[in-house]
Amino acid sequence: MTTALTTSLTAARRAVPRDPLARAAAAVLALIVLGTLAAPLVAPYDPDLPDLFNTLGYATPGHWLGGDALGRDVLSRLIWGARPTLLGPVLVIAVSAVVGTTLAITAAWCGGWVDMVVSRVLDVLFAVPGIVFALLSVAVLGPGLMPVALGLTVAYTPYVARVVRGAALRERNLPYVAAAWVQGRPAVTICVRHLLPNLRPIIVAQAVSALGYAVIDLAAISFLGLGVQPPTPDWGLMVKSGLDSAMRGNPIEAVAAGVAIALAVCAVNVLGDRLGRDR
Amino acid sequence: MKSQTKPQTKSLLNPTARFVLLRLVGLAAVLLVASFLVYGLLYLVPGGPMAFLLGNRTGTPEQIAAIRAQYHLDDPFLVRYFSWLGDALGGDLGRSLVYRQDVTTLLATRAATTLWLVVYSSVLIVVGGLAAGTLAALRGGRTDAAVTGVSSVLLATPVFVIGVVLVIVFARGLGWFPVFGAGEGLWDRVHHLTLPALTLAVGSAAYLARITRASVREEMGREHVETARSRGLAETRIVRRHVLRNAAVPVTTVIGLTVAGLLAGAVVVENVFALDGIGSLFVRAIMQRDFAVVQAVVLVLVASFVVVNLVVDLFYSVLDPRMAR
Repeated sequence: MTTALTTSLTAARRAVPRDPLARAAAAVLALIVLGTLAAPLVAPYDPDLPDLFNTLGYATPGHWLGGDALGRDVLSRLIWGARPTLLGPVLVIAVSAVVGTTLAITAAWCGGWVDMVVSRVLDVLFAVPGIVFALLSVAVLGPGLMPVALGLTVAYTPYVARVVRGAALRERNLPYVAAAWVQGRPAVTICVRHLLPNLRPIIVAQAVSALGYAVIDLAAISFLGLGVQPPTPDWGLMVKSGLDSAMRGNPIEAVAAGVAIALAVCAVNVLGDRLGRDR
Repeated sequence: MKSQTKPQTKSLLNPTARFVLLRLVGLAAVLLVASFLVYGLLYLVPGGPMAFLLGNRTGTPEQIAAIRAQYHLDDPFLVRYFSWLGDALGGDLGRSLVYRQDVTTLLATRAATTLWLVVYSSVLIVVGGLAAGTLAALRGGRTDAAVTGVSSVLLATPVFVIGVVLVIVFARGLGWFPVFGAGEGLWDRVHHLTLPALTLAVGSAAYLARITRASVREEMGREHVETARSRGLAETRIVRRHVLRNAAVPVTTVIGLTVAGLLAGAVVVENVFALDGIGSLFVRAIMQRDFAVVQAVVLVLVASFVVVNLVVDLFYSVLDPRMAR
């Protein structure tokens, strides 16, 4: 997890300076990450504290984004809401990347029937839209962030694994792998010490581009009422409750949360594009 | 593609027929695995199938016995699975515990709304996406930058956010469209479904526009286009016969994949606009733990997704016969 983070950071640092768009995206993400980490310091109010005088309130100097239907400060909820909205997908993608990479390298290394079984299983998983896995998982385990994350992890594993398997197959046939094998290095060492570092850019690029989709899927399921449960602040949930507020005349909550999701995903996608192009 | 089988000395079937056959076998396999997983999930539920079937309700011993009999819970797992599968293939998807109706009937009454929604938005996606993408590639310059920029933003915006914004602006603000419901009759239905279809279409149209732009641009730079130009053919003719036709191959795949994915998107959109389609039935069934309905909808979703993919692949092989070899 930490190595994945540092790799993506170094990769991003290398990619970013060339491109103003990527720089803006990185700045947006850095801002969001900082806000997420420092939520208790940055948020002006307690996100769960109702204030009768701020019910469906418009933007005022005291409440920059007004209040929701219960009078809770929308800006504070937006800042706190970044945690489940973004950490959930990061967790999903981290686990899918690890599982997907392990499957992919195992399949590419072993070849033969192992490769065939893994590839067919990935094909079948890939044949089902990601959100269906998440909904199925909710059907079995009940609503909540963890069941959705579990379903999405299954859904995104083939997304990483298919691409990495292809790359690992090419890499495996290079002479340096044969050389290491002839020297008598164990297969696991070759895979972990030699294959993995060379595949890392591809894994990171694929994981970052999957992250955008995962954010959207998770927010959508929370919006449906099956993911993060109230009163936890979450951007998907805020769009849902914001829709009711909008019907009663105050669209700020819905629009603010919607823009937050779009902005975050946009930034992730721009970086993912960049990383994918550079590799 | 799966069609890269070993070169056979003499095949009974021509390449296209073999391709179709292979894909059909693959389709059956995916559906079989999916149905097995969906059915088997019932047994992963904490408390087993009984807890699921009863859901939050408590049953009298008679009701429990009736449910055990209805679902043949005393038979071995595989026996039950195959009898369920047989029933499902015959069109009997079981009974909903919440609605006390056959699941097939439940789905049939709601299929029309979902189908209308998906077809309407497919039309919007194809028309909008192709037009924007082709325009961006051919015009270049500012048009290109605008299409690319707008499409990146739309691609990053979740479907439900687009829906909520459209509701706020066009239904609540301007009052041009109704907020909820699917409408009766043709015109009323189109009127009611315009915002939902637009919601469902926007992201996919943006994606299609990008793919169209990329593949048209790629074709524009190819040698055969250069040749056609140097021979002095009219530009419109070059674009129509040599560029767009070749660009159509990747674009068709994307259209197919997109349309197949719309069914999953419809689950979300129907809930934004309170449409009584299969998607909203699905979400309600999950909340109420109405398992027969959940199983059926997942099967229908997976089946349509896979079937549409197959149709696209087949169409692909008609469009470009090299694919089938």
